[in-house]
Amino acid sequence: MEDLSLVIVGQAGQGVQTVEQFMVGLLKGTGYNVFATKEYMSRVRGGMNSTELRVGSGEKKVRAYVERIDLLIPLHKNAIEHVKHRISDSTTILLDPELIDESKYTQYKCVTVPFTKIQKEIGLKFVNVYAVGVLSGIFKIPHKSGKIFIKERFSKKGDAILKKNFEAFEKGHSIGENLKDLVPEMKKDPQVVNEILLDGNQTVGLGAIAGGCNFISAYPMSPSTGTLTFLAHHSKEFGILVDQAEDEIAAINKAIAAWFTGARAIASTSGGGFDLMCEGLSLAGIIESPLVIHIAQRPGPGTGLPTRTSQEDLNLALYAGHGEFHRIIFAPGSIEQVFHLTQIAFNIADKIQIPVFILTDQYLVDSYYNVKADDMKLVGVEHAFVETDSDYKRYEYTANGITPRGIPGLGTGLIRVDSDEHDEWGHITEDMRGVRDKMTDKRIHKKGKTISEHPTPIPLEPFGGHDAETLVICWGSSYLAVKEAIEEINDPKIAGIHFSQVFPLPKESNSILTKAKKLLLIEGNATGQFTNMLKLYGNIEIPNENLYLKSNGEPLSVEEVKKFIGGAI
Amino acid sequence: MTNSFEYNMEAVAWCPGCGNFALSRILREALEELGKKPEEMVFVSGIGQAAKTAQYMKGHMFNGLHGRALPVAMAIKASNPELTVIVDSGDGCTFGEGGNHFNQQILRNSDITVISHDNQIYGLTKGQASPTSEKGMKTPVQVYGVTNEPINPIAAAVALDASFVARAFVGDMENTKKIFKQAISNKGFSLVDTFSPCVSFNKLNTFKWYKEHTYALEENYDPLNRKEAFGKALETDPFPLGIIYRNSSKKPFWEMNIAYEKDKRPLFKRKLDLNALKKLIESKKIH
Repeated sequence: MEDLSLVIVGQAGQGVQTVEQFMVGLLKGTGYNVFATKEYMSRVRGGMNSTELRVGSGEKKVRAYVERIDLLIPLHKNAIEHVKHRISDSTTILLDPELIDESKYTQYKCVTVPFTKIQKEIGLKFVNVYAVGVLSGIFKIPHKSGKIFIKERFSKKGDAILKKNFEAFEKGHSIGENLKDLVPEMKKDPQVVNEILLDGNQTVGLGAIAGGCNFISAYPMSPSTGTLTFLAHHSKEFGILVDQAEDEIAAINKAIAAWFTGARAIASTSGGGFDLMCEGLSLAGIIESPLVIHIAQRPGPGTGLPTRTSQEDLNLALYAGHGEFHRIIFAPGSIEQVFHLTQIAFNIADKIQIPVFILTDQYLVDSYYNVKADDMKLVGVEHAFVETDSDYKRYEYTANGITPRGIPGLGTGLIRVDSDEHDEWGHITEDMRGVRDKMTDKRIHKKGKTISEHPTPIPLEPFGGHDAETLVICWGSSYLAVKEAIEEINDPKIAGIHFSQVFPLPKESNSILTKAKKLLLIEGNATGQFTNMLKLYGNIEIPNENLYLKSNGEPLSVEEVKKFIGGAI
Repeated sequence: MTNSFEYNMEAVAWCPGCGNFALSRILREALEELGKKPEEMVFVSGIGQAAKTAQYMKGHMFNGLHGRALPVAMAIKASNPELTVIVDSGDGCTFGEGGNHFNQQILRNSDITVISHDNQIYGLTKGQASPTSEKGMKTPVQVYGVTNEPINPIAAAVALDASFVARAFVGDMENTKKIFKQAISNKGFSLVDTFSPCVSFNKLNTFKWYKEHTYALEENYDPLNRKEAFGKALETDPFPLGIIYRNSSKKPFWEMNIAYEKDKRPLFKRKLDLNALKKLIESKKIH
């Protein structure tokens, strides 16, 4: 077996997250490729949440969600019901007889582990560290690694608590060692030990820092909040000005004003928060402000499913804001792409003076895996503002539509930006036949040409089958599930293609897509938003029967991609 | 006499006799007397007749959206504390569309001066009620008279413990100038709610009306006493003019922000610390 999927299920507040955080680190630190993703309810306590940990053997990278469960750890009486649809013959359940009535689940392969009993004996509030011990035993994770993690987490809580957690880990470990035959032998890859672990939200933050971001004003909103907290956590070492905005309207206005002043700001939110930012986006359009916007998508409309995943806000990002102005929309599909494109977004926004979007979603921002630190390439901060002299004109007409951007306090020029239509100096004007036409030509036509000549940061290239007749199109976070499915299908006639820049469509889109005999498309919404974009802007039509549209809020699994492709060819 | 802050005056789009003429002249004189230079000034505004003031002030300008001047001003100052940031916008922009921004920038103690040109009416949209319009006033929308209570921006600002709270009237040029100068010099959030009559749409609150319904605060009035300030803030006929409340003991937002703990330079002058970044990436080896 090349990889293993283990799933931990429990109530919010029971410490499922702790198990995830510990195990991801411990598995990686021991030399296993690891992937983790979580699904959780929009509540602080109770409910039923789960985390999937995938462990790859040897050089097998695991980077996408699978429905399959090999090892299930239910930490609550309702836990098995929560994931029942995912349990199969290959599933082994570590069942706690004190929690769960074994007789109800005789159809499953169950092994009893006395989680609650031991927890009570030790006198701990939670079962999580004991569970970490059990899993560590199963995966032969060294005792000392576990102890380091426990010490880091619990040393502040006093010696007594620390000692109890050590004891829980040790007891769990010895039980786990006896259970190691439940899972096939997993090979370690010593390379992995030195790799880094990141989730999507942290990586947006890290990419922002590497892109020179030093200002964030944001209003907390799931699932984007992790980006804000990451930047806040590192605000001291990088001198990042962090402001918890009164609302998203203020947040985007502050971001634009920070760019005006020469800072680099990110507006980070989810779809509902971005709704409030539409007016500000349009402001950025007319004053030709650089702007980077991160939308971590979740299912709507309205409050929708606040903690679930979707790709429903592509149209929103594309069409938001009154009036006409340009924008670029990135939709990274991996941790590496999130890091790369977030950095690039800052440089492009600065250079072309337009809004640049990073579209992620709950699945991507809440998923972790190990990557080589060297693969996190630094792009470099390329500031595009200039020192001005006294006759500076903020909107001087230029051949490429871009006026070098001055900022207050650098040079002697006056920087005057105006949300009203304005002339080259930024003076309000209603000269429609003269200035309005020229400004439209500058903002729309000339700048549009400059954008269209700009290369797509990550080239559009098919992956998988070399002699492909069928091409499976995806964008954003669907990438790695589609990639893994296509690798497993391993048919030279089937390839995938991933759009990490969804707007404008990469120039080569049409020529690549028209080569395929059959096009399939997978996306996380009910109306085929990207499908429609391809039709409208790429002259590519995909019939409805070739679409896989998933909008129920669950992540896209490798299995369903395989099943869809299998059924469609 | 010319003033270094005059700018594009031939384009001025106000009605003859508008209070904004006097207000902008007083503001220019105040800046001149304070020894300010146009290059260090940022004039921020929303939308409305008052918000056009920035168009005619020499300095950097951010003429943003209706109601959104305060978040913009907050971020400009927070990104570059070396700049002096003044907001000129009307009562509709500041207390209506931008009401929550007003509260929240006060609570942050953003280091900006907000001059609300208060004419108790919507001018640019031709005469509807504003948040400060008097109860009973008839307008094309409030056909049978305004039923909302008017907002009392002074009392609201005192309640939020704003750093500097004053009321002025453009008909009293000398005192208004003194107030502006102190407001701009104050390190923290300064509000100057400035009566500035609309000659076209407000036939009730005219120059003459403001003269008759205002009085200058007594010389011995102590603006440092918050309880007394509340008392003064609640007086509405006649309205007291002057500095009603001060609390200079508070640090401004930017100074309290960790971004300025070690480095006092504006954000644009700083370089990304590559070593710290590499260290941060490395730190992700152990989760």
